[in-house]
Amino acid sequence: MNDMTAPIAFTPADFKSDYKPIWCPGCGDYTVLSSLTKALAKLQRAPHEVAVVSGIGCSSRIPAYTTCYGFHGVHGRALAAGTGLKVARPDLTVIVAGGDGDGYSIGGNHFLHACRRNVDMTYLVMDNHVYGMTKGQASPTTEPDWDNKLSPGGTGIRSFHPLVIALASGANFVARAFSGDPNGTADTIAQAISHPGFSFVEILSPCVTFRPDQRRWKELVHPAPVAETDDPARAARRIMTDDGFNIGVLYAGRRPGYAPRHPASATPADIEQEFALP
Amino acid sequence: MSAPQSIDDLMAQALVMEREAVARYTELAEMMEAHNNLEVAELFRKMAEYEGHHATKIAADMGWADEQVSDAAGAWATPEAPESVPIDEMHYLMHPWHALQLALGAEQRAVEFFDALVRTATDERVRRAAEEMRDEEVEHVALVKAWLAKVPKPDADWAVDPDPPRHAD
Repeated sequence: MNDMTAPIAFTPADFKSDYKPIWCPGCGDYTVLSSLTKALAKLQRAPHEVAVVSGIGCSSRIPAYTTCYGFHGVHGRALAAGTGLKVARPDLTVIVAGGDGDGYSIGGNHFLHACRRNVDMTYLVMDNHVYGMTKGQASPTTEPDWDNKLSPGGTGIRSFHPLVIALASGANFVARAFSGDPNGTADTIAQAISHPGFSFVEILSPCVTFRPDQRRWKELVHPAPVAETDDPARAARRIMTDDGFNIGVLYAGRRPGYAPRHPASATPADIEQEFALP
Repeated sequence: MSAPQSIDDLMAQALVMEREAVARYTELAEMMEAHNNLEVAELFRKMAEYEGHHATKIAADMGWADEQVSDAAGAWATPEAPESVPIDEMHYLMHPWHALQLALGAEQRAVEFFDALVRTATDERVRRAAEEMRDEEVEHVALVKAWLAKVPKPDADWAVDPDPPRHAD
């Protein structure tokens, strides 16, 4: 039974700032924000122990809507900023957030290397398969046959597969969530934050303005039919063959997270000692 | 969803459902305020207020401080709590009629939720309490229907925007 006697220090509302989101009505990002605040409440992290770092795009507005520390950085560079922050302040829970254009195109190279470095932080990508902020251009995850005025007949270019790339590059936790399932997404985010190393959560978050066809996603998503694995080969096979709508944790690895050679408290003088001539 | 085994379990689920409805209606009101659709925003604010009264009453009846009940109590089989209006149903040009249709759907799902508990409860006290909750939700359905009857149905071209945000097709 639910324990009615244990007071809860932080509720989801404690993580929501006074700034109100200006996303389009119906945007999936609203529920991702709600899921993030629920996850942090579930973990009972104090807002001042958490930093939310983002790049540019609709979804990258998210730091302002939380009461956590926030950094709204330059396009595609959120992971670089987040990595620096986590290495300098390992005591902070670092959450990097953004969209598919920011993370897979402009910041694509940072994505690969953040997975490889395996610094203990969580990367949430609100993927709507389109550049929404700039009015609907095809993004790396757009389907090749998505026909619209800006890419007549579709781009004809194969979609980027972020989960496979993340796994192959060394991410220690790979999951897919759906904004239409806010409680499930909150659980997945909480699990990602708690998992050591670099955790990547791809969140399908429909853009109802430029991709109204994505309203159908709620009919297509389904729980992953098999339990999470720590075997990258099995995870790769599963991710490569799924239909893109499997929801859940697909891989939870055992690779130790990156540990800096020098503690965050080291002074320049301490570090210089390493280079001192005998 | 795990079937409630006691009155505490049942009421914890009911409270979480109401709290989620309050949070969602508030979110929807803010969404509409940001897009200057103030009439619909006001309606969602009122819905949040009504659901808030319901949540307060449940907590008071049970002698619970609101923050003592964890969200984990609401382990729904559906992705969202039954009484929550789905975000993706929003449109920046929607009318109060649309908002009330969504509220009606939410109240009807709440009726179905408690009705299922009435049919499946193994504990007689839980079954009776679920019946009371269901009947309250039936009253809410009637209230929303009465409200809806006073609101004009929008014209077929309600979503036509002479200056739309998208020109892609």
